[in-house]
Amino acid sequence: MLTIKNLKAKVEDKLILNGINLQVNAGEIHAIMGPNGSGKSTLASVLAGREDYEVTEGEVQFLGKNLLELDPDVRACEGIFLAFQYPVEIPGVSTVNFMKTALNKIREYRGQPSLDAVAFLQLMKEKMKLVEIDQSLLSRSLNEGFSGGEKKRNEIFQMAMLEPKLSILDETDSGLDIDALRIVANGVNKLRSKNNATIVVTHYQRLLEHIVPDFVHVLYKGKIVKSGGKELALELEAKGYDWIKNEMELV
Amino acid sequence: MSAITSDIDLKEKIAQAFEQTPDRKNIQRTEALQHFQKLGLPGNKTEEYRFFPITRALEKNFDFDQSNPIESKIKSIYQFLIPDLEANVIVFINGIYSPVFSKVISPENEIIISDLRKAVNQNEAPLYFEKYLKTSADPFTALNTALWQDGVFIQVPAKTKVEKPVFILHINDAEKEQSICHTRLLVVLEEESELTLIERSTSIGTNNIFHTFAEEILVKENATLDYVKIQNDEGKLHQVANSLIHQSSKSKLNTFTLTMNGSLIRNNFNIAIDGENCESHFYGLYLLNGNTIADNHTVVDHIKPNSFSNELYKGVMDGNSKGVFNGKIFVRPNAQKTNAFQSNRNILLTDTATINTKPQLEIWADDVKCSHGCTSGQLDEEALFYLRSRGIPLNNAKAMLLYAFAAETLEPIKNTELKSYLDGLISQRLNKY
Repeated sequence: MLTIKNLKAKVEDKLILNGINLQVNAGEIHAIMGPNGSGKSTLASVLAGREDYEVTEGEVQFLGKNLLELDPDVRACEGIFLAFQYPVEIPGVSTVNFMKTALNKIREYRGQPSLDAVAFLQLMKEKMKLVEIDQSLLSRSLNEGFSGGEKKRNEIFQMAMLEPKLSILDETDSGLDIDALRIVANGVNKLRSKNNATIVVTHYQRLLEHIVPDFVHVLYKGKIVKSGGKELALELEAKGYDWIKNEMELV
Repeated sequence: MSAITSDIDLKEKIAQAFEQTPDRKNIQRTEALQHFQKLGLPGNKTEEYRFFPITRALEKNFDFDQSNPIESKIKSIYQFLIPDLEANVIVFINGIYSPVFSKVISPENEIIISDLRKAVNQNEAPLYFEKYLKTSADPFTALNTALWQDGVFIQVPAKTKVEKPVFILHINDAEKEQSICHTRLLVVLEEESELTLIERSTSIGTNNIFHTFAEEILVKENATLDYVKIQNDEGKLHQVANSLIHQSSKSKLNTFTLTMNGSLIRNNFNIAIDGENCESHFYGLYLLNGNTIADNHTVVDHIKPNSFSNELYKGVMDGNSKGVFNGKIFVRPNAQKTNAFQSNRNILLTDTATINTKPQLEIWADDVKCSHGCTSGQLDEEALFYLRSRGIPLNNAKAMLLYAFAAETLEPIKNTELKSYLDGLISQRLNKY
């Protein structure tokens, strides 16, 4: 589904991604872990098309298309979804209206007819249950005055609504208490299928107890320096990132 | 106020025009003309008009020798009305009241609408006329008071709610030639009365238009006024409106001014809160493009204690347009426990659009809550990216953000037909992005 080859990206003059290689297939969950500043969130942003970063080298293929050539909205229509680490507050735009516009734009792109109000509400109710989110929250301005947990649940709600092929969760666990973490993880697990894939970007192993990855990659100084199964996350948790850092220094 | 030398000719021309009017012997008008001559037209060093080049525009574009109101061939006003809104419609064409197009539907015990020219010489109007809006304060108030051609006097009796709004429509027909007019409005809401007043100025044709307004509105004890102004002229309108609303105790005021088109639009809008426990929501929105210059000079004057005012003006500037906002809040020594808030927020869509914003607070009382803030900037990139990351194309995302930004100013409007009309004007303007 997603093939990243030797991806290098910089912001201003600072190289942040320094040759990433990654293959993600349908049905898989990949965890990207790493110490602060290793480039985890940058990778997520570059995949979603944030313009603050300049890709200097490498390529990204998504379902046979050159992802880097596409505008962020086209990437979304093609099936990429980024759950933001810091979801943006937008006064005056309700989540309901926002989702209706977004969903119908994506449907339009895919050649499907627009959903009418009734069908939309029905779909929304169904997806709301998945992330245990209240309708009153969705009628309010997007993320405005939401708690940290509400914002993250809203991200997963949007993901459920848009049914992406590849979801990228950027530090979705940050700022969540245990209950919120469980709700968010449940939502992600229920949305999992053999046709879609998920990249979970996280600093801690904790989220991976709930969303069990097939692969774990450790990012350090803009490169994937170690890959393994879910047990790699446990090893990281036990030994700490210094283990990786020391190992790298030795090499 | 300092006059510039180059306005001597124009000032003379205007004085000569006055000599041709049948009212030249009227004392109020003569005095007003003297004030005008003393104040002069504002030059580019005149602080209050620093960003509003009206004098230059008047010199360049208008012929003041020709002062007769021009005939209009307008056959229908339907296109200028607000869809589905049942209202008392009062129409002025090139500054002159049009009995043909005007229509009052409310019963006479709810509202009295009369010809201001007659009313100023009769019983009640003289009590209020020129009472709060002083000709010595602004050259265009003075000019209007000397030269006004026509106007309307609206009275709402005590304890009366006017069910149907009053819609005043000013049409400037500049199809054949320039139009110069001066219009006057006097509104008195007696105790515990309620009125929705809508005023729209619009035009046809592409010749130059110069239109001054002087508007005095009294909102007495416990009365409620909703006042909406719509300035959406397609033509070359040069407008200076001086408006003053005087509030007595426990009165409620909601105002909204929407400015969208025209050449030079100036609103001097003053609210005098001369009573306790008043509430004022003072809102405005300017959505400018092309070469339009819109200048909102507002004053909220807290004269008495225990009142609340909230001023919110927002602007979106596109093309080469220029927005100006100047907001003064006065809290007089006696006006303790005043709550006064002011906010002016602007979005610039191009490098050539400009905004000059200046909040001014003058507080003489010590036990008050006041705040003001102004911002100007571009659309929030992070918010745009967020919307786009969900599949919404850039142009739609911009329109969504701009609409959300602008629509907040519609909050105080209660009349649903009016609100949906304004909402439509705003979305139509912003949807092109």
